[in-house]
Amino acid sequence: MLAFIIRRLGQALLVLMAVGFVSFAMFKFMGDPVENMLGQEATAADRAELEERLGLNDPIVVQYVRFFGRALSGDFGVSYRVGLPVGEVIMDRLPATLELAFLSGVIAMTLGFFLGVYTAIRRDGYVANFIMTASLIGVSLPTFLIGVFLIWLFAVNLGWLPSFGRGDTGSLFGVDLAILTWSGFKSMILPAITLGLYQMTLIMRLVRSEMLEVLRADYIRFARARGLSQKTINFGHAMKNTLVPVITVTGLQFGSIVAFAIITESVFQWPGVGLLFINAVNFVDIPVMSAYLLLVAVIFVTINLIVDLLYFTIDPRLSVSNN
Amino acid sequence: MTDTPLLKVSDLIVEFPTRNGILRPVDRVSFEVRAGEILGLVGESGAGKSMCGSAIIGLIDRPGRISGGEIRLDGERIDNLPEERLRRIRGKKIAMVFQDPLTSLNPLMTVGQQLIQTIRTHLPLSQAEARARAIALLEEVGIPAASTRIDAYPHQFSGGMRQRVVISLALAAEPELIIADEPTTALDVSVQAQIMALLKRLCRERGTAVILITHDMGVIAESTDRVAVLYAGRIAEIGPTRDVLSAPSHPYTVGLMASTPSATGTMHTLSQIPGAMPNLRAIPKGCAFNPRCEKGFAPCFKDIPVLEPVNESEVACWLYDPAYEAKAKEASGASE
Repeated sequence: MLAFIIRRLGQALLVLMAVGFVSFAMFKFMGDPVENMLGQEATAADRAELEERLGLNDPIVVQYVRFFGRALSGDFGVSYRVGLPVGEVIMDRLPATLELAFLSGVIAMTLGFFLGVYTAIRRDGYVANFIMTASLIGVSLPTFLIGVFLIWLFAVNLGWLPSFGRGDTGSLFGVDLAILTWSGFKSMILPAITLGLYQMTLIMRLVRSEMLEVLRADYIRFARARGLSQKTINFGHAMKNTLVPVITVTGLQFGSIVAFAIITESVFQWPGVGLLFINAVNFVDIPVMSAYLLLVAVIFVTINLIVDLLYFTIDPRLSVSNN
Repeated sequence: MTDTPLLKVSDLIVEFPTRNGILRPVDRVSFEVRAGEILGLVGESGAGKSMCGSAIIGLIDRPGRISGGEIRLDGERIDNLPEERLRRIRGKKIAMVFQDPLTSLNPLMTVGQQLIQTIRTHLPLSQAEARARAIALLEEVGIPAASTRIDAYPHQFSGGMRQRVVISLALAAEPELIIADEPTTALDVSVQAQIMALLKRLCRERGTAVILITHDMGVIAESTDRVAVLYAGRIAEIGPTRDVLSAPSHPYTVGLMASTPSATGTMHTLSQIPGAMPNLRAIPKGCAFNPRCEKGFAPCFKDIPVLEPVNESEVACWLYDPAYEAKAKEASGASE
């Protein structure tokens, strides 16, 4: 088990170094930072002096190692646009994205799982068929359209929920969270649904097909032949057996929720890292972009690691055969 | 025996509606099982033997259904019970053992969890009592170190051991009848005999009746008291195993015996029955066996024969119909 974790951590580090190289390369290929920093009236001497000071004359490998080392200690340089350290800028925005992703992830997973199990058990029911058909909408409509539609319905016409922004925030352990206040929570509902809808329908359809597969298995038939109640069979035997593939996909989906909150955050003007990234792209704020890239990689790698560890707790065949 | 049989199946029909019409994998099958008796159901793949087993325990997959006949357990009709009452019978009065022990057990639950769950479904026992009973059951089916093995997962057992666990699960609530559907087919030859011996011993000790579904004549010969030979969804011949095997009456049973090697009996050249069992979609008119039968004569191609007593057995063949017997002798005499 421990060896497995260490091996996985090693692999995670390799992935991060590769992604780090890409974000490092952004500095090299997207515009000239020296030009940006000095402005047009700089002399050649100023240029040379700054290049020397920034270490741009060192071999590329040295520069990369220096970049990666700094990134590890949380130093991503200074944002071109706001002139603040990138680490600070991102940490300022990250709670907003994480709480939004968390809420929509919870909605997507619980609802998706529940509906998936329901539609599998009531395979031929009218409600189940209706849910299945409706889920096609969730799968096929683009996120921004759903967001705009929700704003039109709930914010513009019904006026129940705010159409943009994050509302008031409350503080917990020094982190500002919107979910702690009523106005913040209300502001979160629409973006959370928008962000989670696709994930929810995906999880639901996956859970349903896995569940149908498991319900055909011999051990379910044998369980029925032993007179176990349908409830025990559905929830005690079948559901757990659907979990391994479902967790894999769900984990990756949660990563996507964080990483691709960009669209939802721009539709709802949610002040998270996604919106920060979009603005950074507009201003060619390369330090922010490269730090964002690394952040997303870290999130994906972490979730993958957690998913791998969850397998062990669900499926005893993995842990026992390893001993 | 004069008392009511434990299980009485009469004129059972199972139908599957399909796009191309209704299929009948089981067609007017009747038999009885007395308490403590082992009845064999033998036949080729698709003869309807497994479907009979599923029908008795009420586990026919949709859209299939029992469309005729009745099944009585202890005199009480069980084929038309609502699902919830049927569920209480399953495991408690009728249990089932399936072919493949590798896939019969839930891989994510320990053997003990599955046993305790089954025991507590049917018997009013506490967790601790159920666990004690589970350990006793595992010991009884010959699992060594049962008190520690109870917490192992199915994949930690070998195939033979798993089938022992499956049998202990079937026996968990002391059923009166066990339907064993090819219980040894998926196992190693060396293990097959052990499992059959175990099943026989446990059922004899408890007086549990068994319906043994198999295509293996050897298993039938060794284990069963009576045997029913199925062909294309119908019983061709049913009777005491000794009689049916040593002096088969139905031409199909005769062919079946001639094509079975015997380990102990006299040497004989193995022959095969020409042709194959008809597809359920194209069962010939009259006796379903007529295209393959050497002794076929006029009535075989017109009407379906019904079971008639022949010696100790019952046989569904026009050769033994009193009205045709003389003609039949003539016909078989002519063909020789």
